[in-house]
Amino acid sequence: MEVLFIVVPLALVIVGAAVGSFVWATRRGQFDDLETPALRILTDDVGRR
Amino acid sequence: MTTTFPERRVSEDASAVECLCAHCALPVPAGLVVDGVEHQFCCDGCATVYEILHSNGLTAYYELRDEAEGRPAATTAHAYREYDDPAFAERFVVAEPSGDASIELYLEGVHCVACLWLIERLPELASGVREARLDIARSVVHLRWGPDEVPLSVVARWLDRLGYPPHPYRATSLQEARKREDRRWLMRMAVAGATAGNIMLMSFALYSGAFFGMAARYEQFFRYGSMLLALPAVFWAGAPFLRGAVNALRTRTAQMDLPIALGILVGFASGVVNTLRGAGDIYFDSVATLIFLLLVGRRLQQRQQRIAADAAELKHALTPLHARRVEEGRNDVVDIPVMAIVTGDLLEVHPGESFPADGIVEEGESQVDAAVLTGESRSVDVGRGDEVHAGTVNLSGLVRMRAEKAGLETRVGQLMEAVEEAARRRAPVMSLADRISGWFVAIVVALALLVFVGWSTVSLSEGVDRAIALLIVSCPCALGLATPLAIAAALGRAARAGILIKGGDVLERLNRPCTFYFDKTGTLTEGGFRVWAWYHRPGTEAATLAARVAGIERHATHPLARALVAHAPEGPEAISPDRIEHVMGKGLIARLDDGQWRVGAPAWVLAGAREDSWCRRKLDEVVEAGATPVLVSCADRVLAVIGLSDELRPDALSSLVALRAWGHEVEVLSGDHAGAVRRTAERLGVARARGGATPEDKLAIIEASERPAVMVGDGVNDAGALSSAAVGVAVHGGAEASLAAADVFITRDGVEPVVELVRGARRTMRVIRRNLVFSLVYNVVGVTLAATGVIGPLGAAALMPLSSLTVVASSYQARTFRKPRR
Repeated sequence: MEVLFIVVPLALVIVGAAVGSFVWATRRGQFDDLETPALRILTDDVGRR
Repeated sequence: MTTTFPERRVSEDASAVECLCAHCALPVPAGLVVDGVEHQFCCDGCATVYEILHSNGLTAYYELRDEAEGRPAATTAHAYREYDDPAFAERFVVAEPSGDASIELYLEGVHCVACLWLIERLPELASGVREARLDIARSVVHLRWGPDEVPLSVVARWLDRLGYPPHPYRATSLQEARKREDRRWLMRMAVAGATAGNIMLMSFALYSGAFFGMAARYEQFFRYGSMLLALPAVFWAGAPFLRGAVNALRTRTAQMDLPIALGILVGFASGVVNTLRGAGDIYFDSVATLIFLLLVGRRLQQRQQRIAADAAELKHALTPLHARRVEEGRNDVVDIPVMAIVTGDLLEVHPGESFPADGIVEEGESQVDAAVLTGESRSVDVGRGDEVHAGTVNLSGLVRMRAEKAGLETRVGQLMEAVEEAARRRAPVMSLADRISGWFVAIVVALALLVFVGWSTVSLSEGVDRAIALLIVSCPCALGLATPLAIAAALGRAARAGILIKGGDVLERLNRPCTFYFDKTGTLTEGGFRVWAWYHRPGTEAATLAARVAGIERHATHPLARALVAHAPEGPEAISPDRIEHVMGKGLIARLDDGQWRVGAPAWVLAGAREDSWCRRKLDEVVEAGATPVLVSCADRVLAVIGLSDELRPDALSSLVALRAWGHEVEVLSGDHAGAVRRTAERLGVARARGGATPEDKLAIIEASERPAVMVGDGVNDAGALSSAAVGVAVHGGAEASLAAADVFITRDGVEPVVELVRGARRTMRVIRRNLVFSLVYNVVGVTLAATGVIGPLGAAALMPLSSLTVVASSYQARTFRKPRR
């Protein structure tokens, strides 16, 4: 089971990357408005057919 | 700026084919139907938008739009020239490094996906606009444009012509700080959640190791791994709780953060000791989960509070921001932003607009509604040389005024400064959960010591283990969630019922016996006038006299005149306008076949008529009662004495009765004349009433109140009182300034929502108590089991989510605030 010594730290690195990207997205204000993007997707290809 | 639409009427003849507006799909009034044209419009606004959409290939708007939703386009004729003023740019526009400029504008009339689509197509319509991004929940559009290519006024006119009149809206530094705080809180939640989940995974390995055996080096590996992950969870994500606890200790006040921090730190410390020791339980998983759940709970409460505060601030953006300055010499009138007004400017104010500055009238005559500033229900006549104040409303005539004071120096500006001052002075109130937490910590620590001493007789290490298990089990997760969740759920329900509450503590304050101070004009009364007393001379007939008075008054614009017209049961008599003469500030003269009639102010009417004992008696009666007197005379005989007063809201009496039934005291506190206030109070059965109160008086009375004061009002003159009261409630239709000052504002009409507010607060408090009892019972059971050694850490970990779930369910199923049944 020595593989644990590699796999667990690797998992932690991935967790770190996930948290890091969430923090990045939050800093960029991507969670400031949670309503409009959900609606905007409905209008994306209107008028561009 | 208001727009008048042609009146829209549904065709009375049901068989007639209804002609629908091509833009908004509402029926087109018969008078506006143009024969032989395919597309018909209900108003100019709709026609404009339709034309723009068709000539720019944006007809997809109609596909996106919700068919059922019909509302006419709210375009105005405003030119938005003040948007190009340097003073405006300095206040609202942000210059970007790329040379572009950006601004946030609050838009009226945004309601659906089609609006979103159309507004974000703005760059296709107005060249020079780089980007338009709409936040639909707040109706705020973020615009980026090239200031050298297109002036902002042109962009604003485009938005207006599309049916979304813009209002500048600048995020204050407070809001910026709030946004940063929100983001940081989200990051804390992310860190706490991710570490909690991963520590849990390692704990699983450790637990199974405890059952099936595990090599010591793997066990240590997982212990150290958990500890590493717990570090950021405790010291960064959990920092708000630790900091709160330190503050509580420093100020020697009990606070919910105290037992939470105690649980976190004891769990973490014993985990570290056991890790270093290489034996025993580590509590990192419980600690990280606890932090995560508590962060979520507080976030929910904050979010609801922000929604209410945001709504109040956006409403504030609707305050008109432009003034008309007369360019003397050129005889031209230009729009300028109010920030650009300087002393000595000559300003033009149209009927229906509010005065932009304090100053002196130079030209024109009008009536001014100063209720917002003074609480006075009667309008004041102004003419050349009279003083007018910013914020008061010009009712009837075009007026030119010389500005003497602008901005913060005006009466309104100074009142707003008093509001901020009062808000700073307000003492914080300790919540129920905080009060409990003090006892909680004391009891838990005492118990832990007891357990330690008890088990130490068996063995020292056993004593330490038991005591720590007890401290962890009693960790007040459910207790910490009990209040925030109940409040978050209640605030959400209240918002749906039309009551926006900016702070959860309001709900607790309303549960103590309070004194409610009601403003009169616009709060207990509608603000409009009504005939309250009508005395006609014996021998004349009431109905014909009423019709005659209504016929004369129909030609006047005065607010009192409307009440007299409405009073005639059979409608006003037809009187030709060329027989009427207006005497400004006095009344009307009508030259009719049976003589000269006068309707108006007593002193003026009596100057041309005999005053006898009947007339004097009735007049005294009316004045005594606090009503506004109006006399009617024909030739030299006074025919009628009329008393007018502002109309009581229909739900005022029943609402006050309900409040008193809960043990609250009710008083009336108004800036209107003492007599009128006293009479209103008598009709409502209120013993204590104070009239003629200046804004400063109101503030002083609120601050001197023995019981916690609840101020209910609508005007700028109430704003100071609203912000210094324990709870300030701004009612529907109130001045924007009062919304900013109040803790609660109501988006429904009437006094009844105030009752619903108190009722909802009582129900919420019941939910909070129930939650606290639940979590305390859980703790008592858990502590007992841990102290006697029946459950180990595993059993405690299983009990914890159960208690939290109970609290969540109990908070969200409770029907605290209810929508009115219609």
